[in-house]
Amino acid sequence: MLRFAARRLAFAVVSVAAVVFITFLLVHAAPGEPMLGTPERALASPETMARQRTLFGLDRPLPEQFLRYARNLARGELGESFVLHRPVAAVLAEAVPNTLLLGGTALVASLLLGLAIGVVQAARHHSRTDTLLSAATLVLYSVPVFWLGLVLLLVFGERLHWLPVSGMTSAGLEDRLSSLGRAVDVARHLVLPAASLALVQAAAFARFQRSALVESLDAEYIRAARAKGLTERAVLLKHALRGALAPTLTLAGLSVPYFLAGSVLVESIFGWPGLGRVAYDAIFARDYNVITATALVSGVLVAAGNLLADVAVAIADPRVRLDQ
Amino acid sequence: MSGPAPARPPLLEVHDLTVNFSGSDGVARAVDGVDLTVEEGETVGLVGESGCGKSVTALAILRLVEPPGHIAHGSSVRLGGRDLLALGAKEIRAVRGNHVALVFQEPLSALNPVLRIGNQIAEAIRAHEAVTRGTARWRAVEMLTAVGIPDAKRRASAYAHQLSGGMRQRVLLAMALACRPQLLLADEPTTALDVTIQAEILELLDGLQRKLGMAVLLITHNLGIVAERTRRVYVMYAGQIVEEAATEQLFAAPAHPYTEGLLAAIPRLDERRDRLQAIPGQVPPATAWPEGCRFHPRCPHAWAKCGTEMPPLLEVTPGHRARCWLVKEPERRKK
Repeated sequence: MLRFAARRLAFAVVSVAAVVFITFLLVHAAPGEPMLGTPERALASPETMARQRTLFGLDRPLPEQFLRYARNLARGELGESFVLHRPVAAVLAEAVPNTLLLGGTALVASLLLGLAIGVVQAARHHSRTDTLLSAATLVLYSVPVFWLGLVLLLVFGERLHWLPVSGMTSAGLEDRLSSLGRAVDVARHLVLPAASLALVQAAAFARFQRSALVESLDAEYIRAARAKGLTERAVLLKHALRGALAPTLTLAGLSVPYFLAGSVLVESIFGWPGLGRVAYDAIFARDYNVITATALVSGVLVAAGNLLADVAVAIADPRVRLDQ
Repeated sequence: MSGPAPARPPLLEVHDLTVNFSGSDGVARAVDGVDLTVEEGETVGLVGESGCGKSVTALAILRLVEPPGHIAHGSSVRLGGRDLLALGAKEIRAVRGNHVALVFQEPLSALNPVLRIGNQIAEAIRAHEAVTRGTARWRAVEMLTAVGIPDAKRRASAYAHQLSGGMRQRVLLAMALACRPQLLLADEPTTALDVTIQAEILELLDGLQRKLGMAVLLITHNLGIVAERTRRVYVMYAGQIVEEAATEQLFAAPAHPYTEGLLAAIPRLDERRDRLQAIPGQVPPATAWPEGCRFHPRCPHAWAKCGTEMPPLLEVTPGHRARCWLVKEPERRKK
């Protein structure tokens, strides 16, 4: 177990370092200059811009810039945002928890929903219910996240006024609400963006879970379980689902990049103050330090997701030995 | 007015059991009109090659045949006089594992790889008896001890892949016998095991059977096991029973050419033979059973009638029947 953890940790460090290096190269290779499109940029004289460039060391050769960035990173310093004039670490400290709340909620919700649909389909595979649900999940899986987000926004926000459509809290209400009231307020704001992210991935989980379950229902131990006189429910949920959980858990781990990429779109649509929106704004303003740092955080989250999935699979299936 | 006491019905009475599998290439009649009985406490053999329908027969007795297979109308399976085929879903579940248990051929695949073995035994008990989790677990450990698993308490927390083949088959037996069934359907219970372990498991089964007073339907292709362990035997070929007899009678004077062929195929130590005897040809596929007697294409004695008319089970001597025209026309037998 320890050797497994050490090896995976080393692998994660190398992958994240590679992500940082490639992101660094790409943002510097991209056309455009820092603070592109900001009002300050439009007003600043060429001399001011040149001073800024010298201040941030952007006039130095690229290898030198990278070495300096890497040195700072090793000391835990992420640098300063050109646009926000704040330390990148402070910007991330605000945004990352919000994204974890949104992405985590969406991941858990999509996993539960996907498992439920998959179980229902497998329980009556090749029935009409199964065929209908298969068609539904296929359609849902093909829907782009941003489109689904806009539709949900229009229907449940604009048309029905059931749920708030923007931000994380109701402006002006924060101080007047109890802590429970604030939690409910955040939860209401969370529904639409989380649903946009979760529904598409739930369809993927459902399709995976259905086929894994149908396959495991063919196993001899399922027949043996029935021969013991167990109910169909126990056969399905205790015997078939346990063995068929591993592929879905692996997929859940691999879906972390999807939730991060999806959050860029969904956070922009719903004004959710998270990592995705920070990255989106930073990319347009060529805010180099912020872009590289968001890539770094995403890399860490993806590596952590995969590691968690591996551990979860090992818990679900005792035949899996992490050390091998 | 007291007439003769009504005869108690046999423990298991299968009558005209037919199982069809509908597929793209037509309907396969895997089991075709099988009649068999097992008395209380009796050990009965059901012998045949792979694909003859013997495993499907066992599954059909507990109504565990899965689609596309289905048991045909007119079949009947009676346990102590009660028609199992007429029971509701809940009632048949109360029979499975409780009154009639099934032991499978391949213990590794019959045990759930992701559940602890103690748990798999305990859930069989809890499916039929209102006992607490703790009691069921304690009884599971007791069963594991009864089937000769050392250090049963610790082994109850093991997973199937952590045990040897012989141990796994013992676990499977413990699982099947946990509710003290009246009848055990043992489908090739030792085929996957080494010969020495085979004997151990069969000895164990014998002992447990005597202790519990249960009947066993021993399904096997191994005639050696049949000779040693059973009192009566049914021989199955191409979905049908082709011969039934007391075991001694069958081995001493087989009446069906197929049974003769099976017996001749057993290697013997007291005879020097250069080649093992084999029955020519192959078992036909269930979608295309031959016309007439299903064995006639492989039979050394077959004549015209065998290719057109299916023989019924004909009585050779009381208790000994064979599905062969030779019973009526013994002079046709070729020397």
